[in-house]
Amino acid sequence: MQARKKALLLSILPGFGQFYNKQWIKGLLFLGLGISFFLVFGDLLNMGFWGLATLGTEVPRDNSIFLLAEGLIAVIVTVFGLAFYYVNLRDAYKNGKLRDENKPLSSLKSDYQNLIAQGYPYLISGPSLFILIFAVIFPILFSFALAFTNYDLYHSPPANLADWVGFDTFAKIFTVDIWRSTFFSVLGWTIIWTLVASTLQVALGIFMAVLVNQKDLRFKKFYRTILVLPWAVPGFVTILIFAGLFNDSFGAINNDILAMLGIDAIPWLTDENWTKVALILMQGWLGFPFIFLVTTGVLQSIPDDLYEAARIDGASIFAQFRNITMPMILIATAPVIITQYTFNFNNFNIIYLFNGGGPSVPGSTAGGTDILVSWIYKLTLQSSQYSLAAALTILLSVFVIAIALWQFRRTDAFKEGA
Amino acid sequence: MNKAKFFRLLISHAILIFMVIIIIYPLLWTVGASFNPGNSLISTTMIPQNPTLDHYRELFAGSESLQYVQWYLNSLKISIFTMIGAVICVSFTAYAFSRFRFKGRQNALTLFLLLQMIPQFSALIALFVLAQILGMMNSHWLLILLYIGGLIPLNTYLMKGYMDSIPMDLDESAKIDGASNTRIFLQIIMPLSKPMIAVVAMTGFTGPLGDFILASTILRSPEYYTLPIGLYNLVNDVMGASFTTFAAGAILISIPIAIIFLLLQKNFVSGLTAGGTKG
Repeated sequence: MQARKKALLLSILPGFGQFYNKQWIKGLLFLGLGISFFLVFGDLLNMGFWGLATLGTEVPRDNSIFLLAEGLIAVIVTVFGLAFYYVNLRDAYKNGKLRDENKPLSSLKSDYQNLIAQGYPYLISGPSLFILIFAVIFPILFSFALAFTNYDLYHSPPANLADWVGFDTFAKIFTVDIWRSTFFSVLGWTIIWTLVASTLQVALGIFMAVLVNQKDLRFKKFYRTILVLPWAVPGFVTILIFAGLFNDSFGAINNDILAMLGIDAIPWLTDENWTKVALILMQGWLGFPFIFLVTTGVLQSIPDDLYEAARIDGASIFAQFRNITMPMILIATAPVIITQYTFNFNNFNIIYLFNGGGPSVPGSTAGGTDILVSWIYKLTLQSSQYSLAAALTILLSVFVIAIALWQFRRTDAFKEGA
Repeated sequence: MNKAKFFRLLISHAILIFMVIIIIYPLLWTVGASFNPGNSLISTTMIPQNPTLDHYRELFAGSESLQYVQWYLNSLKISIFTMIGAVICVSFTAYAFSRFRFKGRQNALTLFLLLQMIPQFSALIALFVLAQILGMMNSHWLLILLYIGGLIPLNTYLMKGYMDSIPMDLDESAKIDGASNTRIFLQIIMPLSKPMIAVVAMTGFTGPLGDFILASTILRSPEYYTLPIGLYNLVNDVMGASFTTFAAGAILISIPIAIIFLLLQKNFVSGLTAGGTKG
């Protein structure tokens, strides 16, 4: 049998392949790491996988949700363990191969130097990866797992156990009448909201930038400073202020402005459609300055020669705008514009802080202006329908990712240079 | 001045002045409200008849339900550490992605792109459970880690795009002179990425100030609140009842932030457009 195969087989127990290759120190390192892995994580793995499979068998001893979390941590730890195991196998195989070819084995020192050189990018991105796993990937996996359980108010610890139910929750979203109608009305408004509000802020931003950037316009600096103010003031502050301004009975918009114009008070917060109008107007106010800023930057970088050449050719101002200005703006700001749409799709703050997603709709868990994320928030924190919330999260993520990928592919803005 | 030009400018100014009024009105109204005597929205007018500083005094009086100074410090602490953490994590990772070709790089980039699209707070229940398991309810450090994690994907992407636009020749000549990777990063790449670093720093600093959901899930006792939760509760506990005090508190947080934003806006524009188009 060749040395490489022997080494590979022996290192099924970490370190033994290295011993066979007479690399004692490295072998001890691998063996030590392997043993300590099981010493440290043995209980967690045992308990974790048991919990993941059963979600607990006995109340009040077992807490399904904690078991699920531990189970997922066990899965993540296992992935790292397997990666380490793979390194161990590969090292034994590689050195065995060197022996077969009668070449000198790599020394510990050269291995170390190799590790530093090759491992540098891993080393410097390691902390980020760790934080990502802990703060982003684990929570997402957890939510996704919850979607396949029946975890809700009636199946929650410590009094009750939750259990795996497969795709039941998803099926219910589309079959239970009240869920289906709520889901589709919320989804419909989410889409309308995203399209209308984002388009309004993008159009307004570009329009204002072009307006201010006219060569012969005076007070440019003044206008620019004022127009970016809504972007500079923290969003939560402005939304809460607007909630006061739009207040049906005491707000300044009804009492001062509309009264001055002789218009009757409008039920901004109690009528669903008026709330929607108010939300879209507010998002226009809040969102346009950012587009304005970016577009202004682009406009200032367009060389004057282009316009001069166009003028000599007899192009009108509108032709110049359509054929030079607009394409330049759209090419340079496309990625920024796309992010406005994904941002508004998940724009929880404005919906929740303005009116709590209200006015409320009788018999439904979602308010009249709830978008998907704020509905999920309410399902989680107010009506404890965790598995439903989790299933919706999956649907929402699939939806956003599909659209965004399609968009990114179309613009190619994120394509790699090298 | 010919007629067409005159009308064009006239209409432009008219539109702009209209926009200026729409923007200024709510802001001035808030300033007015903060000086209004009384508590409620009803009596609030833009130019108060008997201006008073009572509401500002109330903020610093430190009552049980209104620990404004404590919230301010909490927010400041969370923002500063999130900013530092995000800048370090993002710039190192972006450097790795921009300058090294390693195994798993392409997959990691795709993963970042996907993670950036799933809103972090849709994993709310998980974060809630996580905090309970770790015994870290009310922990600012947990919150800071979560914020940093949420900032990494998108910002790494933008930063990588920006670093890609820095010519490789610079690294290579430094390498020939015997500079280590870390040294190249600190002495060449970092200084040249300053505009983008400013962008990441600013999003890191202001992100926590705009977040309501994560903070309200994890921070449950008033002494740990950040400004957004504290001020939201102030307005909503008794609807409109403490609006004037809220206005005063809102102004004290908005002014410093607005100044930072206005000072750094140039960086923002150059950072974003460069990162986007040359990515």
